[in-house]
Amino acid sequence: MVPLSWYLIFSAALFSVGLFGVLTRRNAVAILLGVELMLNSVNVNLAAFWRYGNVTDIAGQVFAIIVFAVAAAEVSVGLALVISIYRKRNTVIADDLDMLKF
Amino acid sequence: MTVDQVIFLAVALLTLFAALRVVTTGNIVHAAFWLIAALFGVAVIFALLNASFLAVVQVVVYIGAIAMLFIFAVMLTRKEMRDRGPQLNPNWRFGALLAAVAFGGLLLIVNGWSGVTKTASAVPSDFDAVSALGNALVSPDAYVLPFEVASVLLVAALIGAVYVAFNQK
Amino acid sequence: MATETLIWLIPLPPALAFFLIVLFTNRNKALSHTIAVGAAFLSWLGSMIVFVRALRVESLGENPFESSVNWLPTGDTWFRAGVLVDPLTAVTLFFVAWTVLMIFIYSVGYHNFGQPAGDHDHKGLPPHGATVDEHGHKHVVPSVEPLYSRFFAFIGLFAFGMFTLVVSDNLLTLFVGWEIMGLCSYLLIGFWYGKKSARDAAVKAFMTTRIGDVFMLLGIAYLYSVTGTLSFREIFTETTLRTLASIPSMVNGLSSAGLIGLLLFIGTIGKSAQFPLHVWLPDAMEGPTPVSAMIHAATMVSGGVYTAIRMFPLLSLDSTTMSIVAFIGAFTALFAATIALAQNDIKRVLAYSTISQLGFMIAALGIGAYVAAVFHLITHAFFKALLFLGSGSVIHGMEHGVLHTGKHDVDPQDMFNMGGLKNKMPITFWTFLIGGFALSGFPIVTAGFWSKDEILADAFAHNLPVFVTLAVAAFLTAFYTMRQITLTFLGEPRTKEAAHAHETPWTMTTPLVVLSVLAIGYGWIGIPEHFPLLGGLVPNWLHDFVGGTLAEHPEALEFNVVPLLTSLVVALGGLGLGYLMYRNVNSPAEDKLQLGFLKNKYYFDEIYDVVFIKPVTWFADKVVYQIMDKGFIDGILHLFGPGTQGIGDGIRNYFDLPVINKFFGDGSANATYFSGEKLRLAQTGRIQQYLMLALILFLAIGAALYFLIKV
Repeated sequence: MVPLSWYLIFSAALFSVGLFGVLTRRNAVAILLGVELMLNSVNVNLAAFWRYGNVTDIAGQVFAIIVFAVAAAEVSVGLALVISIYRKRNTVIADDLDMLKF
Repeated sequence: MTVDQVIFLAVALLTLFAALRVVTTGNIVHAAFWLIAALFGVAVIFALLNASFLAVVQVVVYIGAIAMLFIFAVMLTRKEMRDRGPQLNPNWRFGALLAAVAFGGLLLIVNGWSGVTKTASAVPSDFDAVSALGNALVSPDAYVLPFEVASVLLVAALIGAVYVAFNQK
Repeated sequence: MATETLIWLIPLPPALAFFLIVLFTNRNKALSHTIAVGAAFLSWLGSMIVFVRALRVESLGENPFESSVNWLPTGDTWFRAGVLVDPLTAVTLFFVAWTVLMIFIYSVGYHNFGQPAGDHDHKGLPPHGATVDEHGHKHVVPSVEPLYSRFFAFIGLFAFGMFTLVVSDNLLTLFVGWEIMGLCSYLLIGFWYGKKSARDAAVKAFMTTRIGDVFMLLGIAYLYSVTGTLSFREIFTETTLRTLASIPSMVNGLSSAGLIGLLLFIGTIGKSAQFPLHVWLPDAMEGPTPVSAMIHAATMVSGGVYTAIRMFPLLSLDSTTMSIVAFIGAFTALFAATIALAQNDIKRVLAYSTISQLGFMIAALGIGAYVAAVFHLITHAFFKALLFLGSGSVIHGMEHGVLHTGKHDVDPQDMFNMGGLKNKMPITFWTFLIGGFALSGFPIVTAGFWSKDEILADAFAHNLPVFVTLAVAAFLTAFYTMRQITLTFLGEPRTKEAAHAHETPWTMTTPLVVLSVLAIGYGWIGIPEHFPLLGGLVPNWLHDFVGGTLAEHPEALEFNVVPLLTSLVVALGGLGLGYLMYRNVNSPAEDKLQLGFLKNKYYFDEIYDVVFIKPVTWFADKVVYQIMDKGFIDGILHLFGPGTQGIGDGIRNYFDLPVINKFFGDGSANATYFSGEKLRLAQTGRIQQYLMLALILFLAIGAALYFLIKV
């Protein structure tokens, strides 16, 4: 039997890798890839807690499903934004998109 | 080590390797493919956790739809087929440090949590997780409201995405 | 609809018409007069329904229709305002509704609706006629009034005020209606504001009635402070009246009831143009004739008498007050009648006759002849409206002649320019004749005879001096009426203009016919029971009905032959003498009654000018302006000015500039600028850097919380 801690450590590692991608990748699409990794790590956590908790309480899986829905929404809007920006600015490099500054 | 543990370790390591490639590889198309590999790994983890429905959904929705969407987006936003220049921004070392600190912090919390030694009880033989999940999602006593809210969110995202990406000339 | 609801609604349509016309339909003449006449019709309809329903109620005086709502919070209690229809209100509503509707219709024709716009008409001046090309030759026809819509808006507002006054159940809303009418009177007298005389007349009317209004308001305030209520039904209870009669006022020998009554009566003097505040009414004839008819003959001036009649239970508490009322009424009746003898302007004769007839009513009230006063109020409203509208018709016909000859210096209102109009304007002549005979009290047939006869009978029974005065006044009335009819309609045309006069359109003649029917027929409801031959044929309905308003129903008088003979003699004698004297008079020079003091109205305007206006003007100019304003006030101001400026300079130089501007103003601005300059470097616009910063903060706070809780 796999100990619960393994799952949690795996999920933490996956989360950190995704976080690293979000923080460092220059390509906006790649940033979104990192976000997907982080969301997946959350799902692993939810599934693991469900399995190691009360199995008949299905809440963990329900939350995972909701996370799927949110991830799908996030990706569709995020990619739409990326495409829209690419049309206007002809770049997807996050550092070049500094319109927020002073 | 049990068979389960061996399989878990192998899958977990492969998944983490794929994830690392996602965030480090220079070619963005390759990164997308590595993401598919990582998602597959997570699907296997779901299967190991007896969450069969989640495993299927992971494959169908994530790999089938979301990852494909990424590949399309990558293709639509590339001037040239080959990427030039660094793929990481100048202060990537600082980012790596932050990620490492976050990992350390999470480990610390896991280490300090008393429930970490819990063991999984066997799934009752008459328990059908998929039908229980289905009932929970549509039952007014359980999660019908979050479920409906999620569907509204999806519709809103759909409309928003169409509006944002629409080529208004 | 419940009768009470209906009563609430009666005044509303004309008010709505006013706002609709002013706000929306001002440019559309046809729409404006449709709205106004429609509104008058709705009010008429409502009034008639209420009147008929009031007739069906047994002893309406004890159980009137009434309804009120909380209006003003007065400490722990509420001032209630509402409507009340008792017999007095019912009969008043009847004549007000009829005259208002007739005059609205008449105005359409009077202001030449449907005629072309004038060649060189100006807003604020009467129309001068338009040239049209007809059958190949030029033709001058009457032109439409430039401010046509405005006129209907004003009379709509006026009608609202009158109906409000009539249906009010308390003195305060009555006063509101009263003041609205005062304003409308001002606006309508000055309707042709391009004429200086009209402007002056408007101001004069407003200021003169204002004197009365102020006293009336004082009376209302006094009444409220004594009784704590202004509702008629609450004031006219036994206990309240007895209290009022027993509390002495600040004036020696007068109970508070007497003083209140007197103050309210001064309001009536102003509004109903009684001596000595009568001077405004003749000048008010500067307004368009429908205005003269409605405001200054049939309704508004009647409103004054109506209020006096309404307050009769209060007035009659004090014998001093009653004597004053009787004296003023009788004196005014005679005095105005004498002035009317020498007037040549067709409308001015009627104006003085109005003053005189209102005096009859006031005198009747003063001797306690309540029903007679009401009776005369109603019949007078009908026949005086008729006479005014008739005179308007005559003037209109004369203006037609003036346009034909083109001689604009001929006054179309001067009776000596008329003559022989009987054949030119037959409808106007016959209706005017009916109105004139009603005014003179032509026996048996006309309404004026019955009402005037009743006043004389009452006067004979109660107060002989008043009887004599009124009899003489009645004789003069008949005389000047016949003089007017003779000069205007009989004989031969004295000018070319009169020869070319023309009958007026149906919109003007129809109201004349309707009103003449009422001027005759209305008398039959008040024939005394003991009158020879006719008495008892028709029950004396008016006496029972109106008398029911009072707590103690007035007794019907025993028949006496003296007043009857008197009224027969004065009416027929006056009429006959008038005809005989003026049959052959062709110019003012042949008129033996063109006496200076009569012609100049006993020099009242001049006296008032010297006694009141000149001193006030002098005081305003010399004392208030020169000494007070320029010397005193300006001096203080000049003292204040430099002083304030000095203080201001000091504050500016030693506090404002160094402390506020330099330190707070510039300092804070510089600090903000400096910090902004430095902080903007942190704002790179790069989302990942923001994210890193956020994460650092999150990790730091998370770590801190974690370890703190742990330890």
